[in-house]
Formats: sequence, C-alpha cells, structure tokens
Amino acid sequence: MADAVRQAREELDTWVREVVGWHFEPSTGCPFWLEWAERSGWDPRREVEGFDDLKQFRHFDDEWLRGGPVRRWVPKAYATRPIYVFETGGTTGVPKSRINIDDFRIDYELFSKTLPDDCFPPSSNWLMLGPSGPRRLRLAVEHLAQYRGGICFSLDLDPRWVIKLIKKNWMEHLKAYQAHVIDQAMTLLSANHDIKCLFTTPKLLEALASRLEVDGSSIKDTGITGIFSGGTEFTPQWNRFAHEELLDGVYMTPTYGNTLMGLAPSAPYTPEDSYKITYYAPQPRAVIQVVDADDTDRVVDYGGTGRVMITTLTKEFFLPRFLERDEGEREGPDKRYPWDGVSGVRPFGRLESPMTVGVY
Amino acid sequence: MLHFATGEPVAEVSQANGGLVARDLRKAQLARDALREIPCADLVRMVQRAGELFLSADLPIGDALQSPDDFVRQQSATTGLPEQLCRMNMAKLGGVLAQLDQILAALTRELDLGILTRGFGDEDGVLRSYQAASPVLGMVLPSNSPGVHSLWLPVVPLQVGLVFKPGPQEPWTPWRLSQAFFEAGIPRQSISLYPGEAEVGAAVLSHCPRSFIFGGQATVDRYRGNPAIQVHGPGFSKILIGDDAVDDWEQYLDPMVHSVLVNSGRSCINCSGIWASRHTREIAAALAARLGPITPLPVDDPKAELAAFTVPGQAEAISGDIDRVLEEDDVEDATASYHGGRRLTSHERYGYLRPTVIRCGSPQAAAASKEYMFPFVAVVECPQNEMIGSIGPTLVATGITRDEAFRQSLLEATNIDRLNLGPIPTTQINWLAPHEGNIVDFLFRARAFQVA
Repeated sequence: MADAVRQAREELDTWVREVVGWHFEPSTGCPFWLEWAERSGWDPRREVEGFDDLKQFRHFDDEWLRGGPVRRWVPKAYATRPIYVFETGGTTGVPKSRINIDDFRIDYELFSKTLPDDCFPPSSNWLMLGPSGPRRLRLAVEHLAQYRGGICFSLDLDPRWVIKLIKKNWMEHLKAYQAHVIDQAMTLLSANHDIKCLFTTPKLLEALASRLEVDGSSIKDTGITGIFSGGTEFTPQWNRFAHEELLDGVYMTPTYGNTLMGLAPSAPYTPEDSYKITYYAPQPRAVIQVVDADDTDRVVDYGGTGRVMITTLTKEFFLPRFLERDEGEREGPDKRYPWDGVSGVRPFGRLESPMTVGVY
Repeated sequence: MLHFATGEPVAEVSQANGGLVARDLRKAQLARDALREIPCADLVRMVQRAGELFLSADLPIGDALQSPDDFVRQQSATTGLPEQLCRMNMAKLGGVLAQLDQILAALTRELDLGILTRGFGDEDGVLRSYQAASPVLGMVLPSNSPGVHSLWLPVVPLQVGLVFKPGPQEPWTPWRLSQAFFEAGIPRQSISLYPGEAEVGAAVLSHCPRSFIFGGQATVDRYRGNPAIQVHGPGFSKILIGDDAVDDWEQYLDPMVHSVLVNSGRSCINCSGIWASRHTREIAAALAARLGPITPLPVDDPKAELAAFTVPGQAEAISGDIDRVLEEDDVEDATASYHGGRRLTSHERYGYLRPTVIRCGSPQAAAASKEYMFPFVAVVECPQNEMIGSIGPTLVATGITRDEAFRQSLLEATNIDRLNLGPIPTTQINWLAPHEGNIVDFLFRARAFQVA
C-alpha cells in the first residue's frame, strides 16, 4: 500500500505541474487564469512544482463563477471546440457556471470502471431519476449509459422549484411535485423498456421504493439490478435503511460530487463497519482534502473532523482549494484508491446560515 | 446522550430515520384497531395504573431496569434540569394520569366513550356520531420541560395510538411512560417511539393525519393554520393587574413570583409579562428582591431552582439579546444590582442565566414582548384600557381585578387562551380544562350520521 500511495502522490505532483503549466501558458490557458496571474504578480508555472504548492492560490472563490462572460473560462486551446455550460445553484440570483467539453464524459467513463457488470449489465438501459435542466449530472448519466452500451430514459425535475417550495414552506406542493416525479418514473419503469440501471438521489429512491411497495411491488421486482446514487447528503444510517428495507439485494453505490469537482465514488462498505461511506476523489483529476476549519492549510489527522476542500485539475477547468459547504472525517487510502478519502460527509455545521439541502 | 456538564456518556439511543417512520405509519391503523378491542373504561383504568408504575416501579430501559430515582438522575443529567424539578414534573404527570377519568369526562362533556369506539350512539335521545381524524397522534416533542407530556396523556384511552419523536435530550419521559403503559396492559402496537434527527420529526408530521409539535416562534409561524398540526410554542403568558387592584400590588407578589420562577421559567405557562398602569417600578423592585438573589446550584441540591442551558451558545445569545433591549430609553434591569454584572455564567459545556426582572415604561419597548427559557419577566407600564390591545398572543392571562367591565373585556379577548380571574399563578393548571384547544375536538370530528 505504501508504494501505491507514494506512486499516486508522484503522479499527482506530475499532473499538477502539467495542468498548471497548461492553464497559465498564454497559448493554452483561459482568460480568467491568465488575467489572474497578471494581477497576482507571480507565475504559477515557475513556482508550482507539486500539489502542496497550490497553497499559494489560497482558496478558489466560487462567486467568480457567477455571471459572464462565460468564455473567460474556456482555455484558448479549446476555443474552437463545442462548449457545454453546466450550472449549480441558481434558485435565486445568478447561478454558478462551469464550462465543459469532455470532462463529464471522461469522469463518468472512469466511474464506469468502478461499476460491477453483473449489477450494471453492459448494453442495459438506464433511468435517470434526478435533476434535469442545465445540469452536468443529466448529460453525464446519459453518457454513462451510452458508454456502457445502453440507452438512458430521463424525466423532468426542476430542483430549483423544489428548493423554492421548501423555502416557501409549501409542503403540500412539495409532496405533489415529488409524486409528479415518481409518476414519471413509474410510467417509464412499466413501459417495457427493460431498464436495469438507475441513477437517483436518496430521497427519490426512498419515494420510488415507497410507491412501489404501496403498489405491491419493489425495486427488485421492476428488474433494476444496479443503482448509482448521489446528489444529496447520504448518511450511513440511510445507507443501512436502504439496504435493509428498500433494496432487497439490489446493488447500490453511493457517490459524492458536484458540477465543480466531478464524481467521487465510494469504497465498498459493510454492515460490520456500520455502513460507513467513504468517498475517494478521481485523483489526479480531482483531490479531496479534509482540513482544519480554522487553519485550512492544515489537513486534519486521520479520523479527525474537518471541512471538505476540493481541487479540480483538468485541462478544461482549474479549481484550486475550494472550501466546500460540507464537513467530514479524513480517511486513509484504500487499495482501489491509494490516496485520502472522506467519510461522514454532512453540511458544514459552522456556516452561519444553514443552507437548504435539496430533497429532489 | 452526554451529561450536560461533564460530557460523559449517559445513554446510547438508537436513531430512526424518516423512511422508517413513513413505512411504519402505513400500518398506523393497527394501533387504533388494537386499542378499539379494549373498552375505553378499561383503558382509563390501565393508564391510571400506568401512572402509579411511572411514579414507583422499576421499568425496562435498554437491557436494564430504571428506578424512579434513576429516571430523575438521568433526566437531569441530559437536560440540565435540577433533580427536584424533574421530581416535580414526574409527580405532575403521575397526578394527571391518576385523575384521567375526570379529565376525559370534562374534555368530552361526559360523553359515553363507547360512542367514540362505535362511531355513533345515542346520547340523551340524540344520535351522535364522531369520526377519528387519525388512528394515531404524532408528536414532535421538546427537551425543555417534561411537563408538556401531560398534554397527550388522554389520547390512549380515546383509542388513538401514539407516535413520538422525542426531544434529543429528553427521550426519558416518553420512554418511561410508554413502558409503564405496556406494563399496565396497553398493547405495544399502539405506541411507537422514534428518536432521531429533524427529518424524523418532519416524517412524523408528514405521515400522521394529526400531530402536535413543540417549538419556538419559527415553528409556530411555519405550521400555523395547518389543521393537521397543533403547534405549541412560546406562551407569552402574563399577569394583568387592573386599576382597582394595583394599589394593593404587594398582596399579589407571591403568585407573581411563583408564575415567573416555577420550573425554572421553562414552561409556556410561566409568566413573562406583568402589566399594570402604575407602581411598575415598585413591583419590579419587589420582584427583583425575591428573584434576583437566586443563584445556580448543583442539580442534586434540593434547593436548586435554575436549569442549565445545554445548547452551546444559547445562554450567551439570550444574555446578549437582553443587553440589547436594555439599551432603549425607559427600560431598566431591576435585578442588575443583585447580579453584580454577572447575569450569565458560562461553563465549557453549559451556561446559566440568573432570574431577570426588566421594567419597561411602555408596551412599545422590545423587552415588553420577550419570552426566554429561564425566569425572566418584564414589568410593563400600560394604561388598563390599552392592555388587551397591546399584550399580543397570550397563552395564560391572569387578570387581577374585580372591575366587572375589565373582567368582561378579558373574557372576550380572543388573543388570550387560558384565563384566570383573580390572583392565580399562571402556572396553576386546572387539568379538567382544555389546553390550547380541546384534544378531543382535535382527534375526533362530530358529524351527521343516520342509520335506517
């Protein structure tokens, strides 16, 4: 394991040098970072030799992603490529935007390698029971299905409206909207589309299982054999509940991620470990660290609690040291992922105004 | 759960989640079905017996038995409530259970409870029909005062099941009462207890057709107007002294002190405002002389009257809020000289606030409408004819007056729930009277019914 950890670290440092070189080279980098370097008065290409040197960037401010011109984020090397823009937030005000070219495809192709074929059979069809609209997840799951040889069915779900309903305390409307979403899923699952794989959020999985149970059926009875779940907070307790009460042996893999980082898969969990979920970033394309909330240059000890900090390192997007609105415990390397992970991910308790966690 | 002062573990409580609650509640009718097999009169006898067991028996908890003394110590350890107040609340609940037959007779206006079981029946030659609005009553319970559990005690004899989401620091009372109920013969499938996070409370409210929730003003605002949910929030209870009685204010000092202090000021029925048209400085000074010297004592001290604040930062935040309202003109802290600048005592894991009496020169002062979870009272100067229009929502009002016109105005004031006429402490409850709405009306709907 020690050799694997050392090798992974060397690969990360090499990749950091390559990515920083790319983003701060005038012929390839994007206007945002090139202008940033000019203003900051130092040249990251010369001073960044490894991952630890990214501390010199302090922290990425996600407010920079609000508003345009969006092309300031497009690397010059990709200026003529078709560009996607994915959004996050935006219930009120201007959403944060991230440009994408191939990153979502690459991330989900890497993730695909973690899915067992017996539960996610190649060529089988998928249902995307999650947010629609200007979201990376929507296209990424479809690409995952296609990459694995299947076809992805999707439905309409506007998470911004869901968050508005919660904020307005329109709970009856919230229930009705959730029922509307589940209605769409039930229709697709009953339409002889041979759907075997599902993406969904914990709350929607619970709602779907509940509806099926009321109808005398179950997740397993629909023919679904594999579930990739994520998008909202995912507790060990809920994980256990899902396995004991909802899934009846159907495989489910929790994930952690967002538009800014990509997708962090989870290591296998067991009842003996209280269904603890540990996520590992798709290093070196992204890195998760658990840092001291009061001294964010310091990574907490293994098992210690801290704020989640992510760094995204792709040639499309450079996001150094972004402090997430989550906290968790630092976990050691896993044989599949020989670098640090994070468990117990939950909203960062110290944030002054508690944010609404979506129920979509 | 941890000891509020030492941080040592007191108990390990398994946690439910919202999905579990939702699934279980699909079978809620089983709770009512089990209870309907037992006549109401027998259920009343069972819960009365349960009251005796609650007060005196060793009852199961985890893999051990809990004695009454264990209960008191454990409840005090996690809530910060002095043990003597835990005992007081325990006795109160036992007392309510002992007189449950009379309470039900009063709340149902002596209805034959068999009519509720059958759904219809003859009462004095009139065909009556009642429909249960829910097979179970959901309850999202607080941690601040065990006395609130008295509100749901009449439910089981009405053949309606119970679904608890206990307060995070106070699962003790619903657990022990449930065990006493089971021991007395109440069917186990009629009571469910789900400790957990806020999502569990939300699931209880969402899946029970009738629920109680206890909380702060934000909770009240959120659920106000929802016919399925009865919200119990701040009481803003008050004593209003009429012009005819105010010159004799010294005679009423004892009920005033009692109303503010009992149960460490944690109840919605504790008095947070004393309103009078004159003598407010003298009243505030006299109250301060009685309340100001009271200091925190160890929880096992029989003379301890103050409960600790166990939520980090809460005592500090309240003390800061009081400092802010004191910045207004014509608002003064009558207890300041007794506190010696130390209203707040902060410890690593908890804090105490000493009883505080504020005198306000007018109802417009922010302090006049404050309520906090400790012995705090604002003595507010206000002309008698402006009182009812200025006091705002008031759970318990004690009107000290013999002025018939003022008494009539108090009787007709719709912003007052419970009304006491005469020098009765706001905390003195007549259990035969409804509290914040009649629970029978909340659980049963009178309806037209004909049979041929």
